[in-house]
Parts: sequence; structure tokens; C-alpha cells
Amino acid sequence: MSGAREPAIVAAGVHKSFDERVVLDGVDLTVAEGTIFALLGPNGAGKTTMIRILSTLIEPDAGRVRVADHDVVDDPDEVRAAIGVTGQFSALDELLTGMDNLRLMAALNHIGRSTGKERVGELLDRFGLADAAHKPVSTYSGGMRRRLDLAMTLVGTPRVIFLDEPTTGLDPVSRRRMWDSIRELVAGGVTIFLTTQYLDEADELADQIAVLDRGRIVAEGTSDELKRRIPGGHVRLQLATPSALRAAGELLEGAWRDEEQLRIQVPTDGTVASLRHLLGQLDDAAIEVEHLSIHTPDLDDVFFAVTGQPTEEARALP
Amino acid sequence: MTAMTYTVSDSATMTRRNLRRLLRYPSMTVLLVGMPIVFLLLFVYVFGGQLSHGLAATLAGGHSGRAGYLNYVTPGILLLAVAAAVQGTAIVVAMDMTGGIIDRFRTMAIARSAVLTGHVLASLIQTLASLVIVIAVAIALGFRPTAGVIAWLGAIGVLGLFSFALIWLATALGLAAKSVETASNTPMFLTLLVFLGSGFVPAATMPTGLQQFARYQPFTPVTETLRGLLTGTPIGTNAIAAIAWSIGLVLVFYCWAIHLYRHPKPR
Repeated sequence: MSGAREPAIVAAGVHKSFDERVVLDGVDLTVAEGTIFALLGPNGAGKTTMIRILSTLIEPDAGRVRVADHDVVDDPDEVRAAIGVTGQFSALDELLTGMDNLRLMAALNHIGRSTGKERVGELLDRFGLADAAHKPVSTYSGGMRRRLDLAMTLVGTPRVIFLDEPTTGLDPVSRRRMWDSIRELVAGGVTIFLTTQYLDEADELADQIAVLDRGRIVAEGTSDELKRRIPGGHVRLQLATPSALRAAGELLEGAWRDEEQLRIQVPTDGTVASLRHLLGQLDDAAIEVEHLSIHTPDLDDVFFAVTGQPTEEARALP
Repeated sequence: MTAMTYTVSDSATMTRRNLRRLLRYPSMTVLLVGMPIVFLLLFVYVFGGQLSHGLAATLAGGHSGRAGYLNYVTPGILLLAVAAAVQGTAIVVAMDMTGGIIDRFRTMAIARSAVLTGHVLASLIQTLASLVIVIAVAIALGFRPTAGVIAWLGAIGVLGLFSFALIWLATALGLAAKSVETASNTPMFLTLLVFLGSGFVPAATMPTGLQQFARYQPFTPVTETLRGLLTGTPIGTNAIAAIAWSIGLVLVFYCWAIHLYRHPKPR
């Protein structure tokens, strides 16, 4: 094929409201073929709604979306033939065995009987489910269910795979294992679009990250580009009096004040030198600090860096 | 392959899936088939002796006493079996709709209708199998149908059509339910309707208000038609009423089910 290939996913001006509530407010994004794209955002940012639109489950109120060279509204069946979706809630048949579930997918993907059998066996081995193949899914652990879910998505050899919070609720070992599986897939040439609440997950996996906040993309770039904007997390200072808070706020660059809690949040690169400098500044100004804590970068820091405010959730927490 | 062959093969796949679920999760099936059999034993051996006293010999297929009541009550028990079986339909449909798997099906390039077709066909097969078991038990206990081949075929037709209607009704209830628990409760009124008709005692023995109700609800004409075909009691206009009710119910609940399926509640 000559010329530039169409990106695997293109969304332009996507709007979606449920009743009066605006969930997506003009989302644009582009995902190149054969890459991993992470949509990063807190709960309620609109990540799942975006996945549901991209995977033809719901239609956008406005905007255009093309996935695997087809429009999701005009040619949903063409899109469906090219995608695989693993949702946030396990899409498994609880009453059937792991093998039954995979065979069902083979039949629904219209793969011939012998090819289907081969493929099912291969996937059971690859996801470490061969021993449990004949047990009902209701007896599976959380990690096994996620693996079976992903294996079911792969039966049809999709070109584009959507993963909605693939590791939420998994223990660290299962999480690593899921990451490995995801990386293997991209090595095979497929495009992956995943949502996550975890910065480290996006950092670990994604070629391109977009930060979604209240229905809008507030930042986009590679992991490095984003991290450059969040040099090293932040230092949180607990102050004794409102006047100390005000003084510290004026003194420290880029600080975010919480007037009610008498707390201040200062970006830092996490080095000892920068900490020493910060403490020196406070000492010189004779500002008394009751308590200090250092936070390594997480989603809240991305939000802090991008929007100048922590996530709504973080603000709500004491 | 064309769209048509996909529709057929996907529907067959979904039907097989649902039948396999019945085998993998037999406790529900056993419960739903067991319920009418327990009622059969209960009504014949506990209440049957007493109930048979007020029963005209013409209604008892020419038998008297307990055997007569067994002949009278079997059509009602068969409808109880249908009501129990479709409760299973509502449950499995709701399990699909409230779980994540329906979203998987909706994001696959499969015939849209296959999900519901699979449920309805599998339920029909299950219901007919359950009816065969209940009839076999009734015959073992002494039920002696007088029906010839034509009458049997008619009885099978009436039962099949009415089952089909109640399966669509249960499918719609399963789709409308917000939880599996709700779906397992809402079809229970069907069981009650068997009692509030002529399933267990002639409607004529009931108080006037109840008699009126029994006359105008679908289970009564279906019971009377079955009883007539199997044991030779008069059928009259009941056959037409039974068929009209069944077709009407299919149309209404088919449309409702399709509507619910096409317009899922956002979540």
C-alpha cells in the first residue's frame, strides 16, 4: 500500500450528554496504527463513555468518529468486524466454562471449526488458563477473569482493541501480567486504546497519552512530554495559621493553596537539593510549617500541572 | 457468507450456548421442572381425594376419585410447567442484560437478532422437554389421555404456541428488569393465573367476581382447550380464544422485547 495510512482511530468534536449532564464536551483524538494510546482521567471524566462511542455501543450527539477506516455511526458492522472490546465489567458467561466461552467467541466470529479449536487452545495456553479450561467461570479469580476476558476479545484477531480500565481491582502481580499481555499484542501489530486512572500504567504502556477532565482533553503527548510538565510530584505543607499560609503562598512559586485546610501544595522535582532550597526559603521568611509530606507524581499531579488544580476527588479528600 | 446465513448461524450458536448453560447449571433446570411435578404429586395425593368429590365424571375423563382428579388436573399442571420454565427465561435474559456480556455481543459483527432468538429458541426447547417429563410422570401416576393422533398434535400445537407467547413475555420482563432478582420475581404472577383459572378446580365453583376474572384471562381457554383435546371434555369456543390470546400475546411482547433490546437503558 502506498501513501500514508489512515490512523486507526480518529475522533473529532465528540459530544455526548445524558439527559442534561454533559459527559463529553468536544473530544478530538487520533491514534496511529500499531500504537498504544492511553486515555487518562479520574472517575467520572468520561472515559467509559468515550470507549462506548468508539466501540459502537452508543452514538455521539455530535462529532465524527472513524475506527479502522470506517465511520462508527454509518458502518457500525464494519467497525465491529475490526475491533475487540474488553469492558470494565467482565463480559463473560458465568455459567459456562472458560473453554465454552472461547468456543462461543470462535463460533460468533465465524471461524471454521478446526481453526477455532486451534485458536482456542492457543489462547488458553497463552493466558495460563489451560488448567482451568473446563471449570465454570464463576469459580475463576479476578486475574483469571480479566485474562479470559482479554482472550475472548482476541479470538477474532481484532485490528483495534479497546480496554476499559484493564487493571482496576487487580493485585500487583496480575497487573504486571496484564501489562505484559498488552505489550505482546502491540508487538503483533494491533492498535490499543485503553483507559486508566493510573499515571504509572499510562507511563508504562502508552506511546501517546491524553488527559481527560470533565469531558475535555486537557493535555496530550507522550509520557515524557507529560512528565516534563510534572517535574517530580509535589510537597504538601501543613501550616499553623492563615497568615502563614498567605505568606507561604506568596513566597513559593507555583503553589496551590487550600485555605480551609491551611495546606499548600508546591511542585517539586523530588531532589534533596530542591527540598533543601524550599526549606531554606521557608526558614528565611520565618514561616512555621507544622507538617510536610512528599508525594511522588500521580494522576493528581498531572491534573495539578495541567489544570492548576487537583482532581475533584483529591480536593474532596481530607 | 451473506447476512442471511449469518443470521441463521449466529442464532444457532446462541441457541446452543443457552442450551449448554442449562446443562452446565442444572440446578435451576431441575428446580423449574421439579416445581410442577411437586404440585402434581401434592394435588393428586394430598388434595385429590377430597377435590374429586365435587368433580363431575365428564370432567374427570370418566374416572372417579383420585384418578379422576389426576385426569382433570394434568392440563393445569402442564401450564404450571410452562409458567415455571419461562421464569427461567426471564432469569437468563436478565443475567445477560445486566452482566457485561451483552456489551461484548453488541460490539461484535453478529446478527443483532441472534441474542434474543437464541434465548427464545433455547427456552422453547427447554419448555417442551419439561412438558414431556411432566406428561410422562402424569402418565406413570395414572393419567389416561383419550386423545388420538390428531388431538395430540393439536394439544402439542396449543401448548407450543402458548409457551412461545409466554417465553416472549418472560423475555420482555427479563429485558425490562434492572436486576436478576427482579427478573426472577416478575413472572411469578403467571403461576398464580393457572390457579385463578380452571387449572385446578372448575371456574364455575368460584365466587362470581373470580369467575369473571377466570373467564377473561388467557390461561382458562388454554386449559380448557388442552383438557378437551387430551381427555375429551367439551372445548367450544375455547380453542379460538386460546389461539387468539397466544397470537395477541406474542405480538405485544415480541414488539416490547424488541423495543427494549434496541433501546438499552444507558448506564
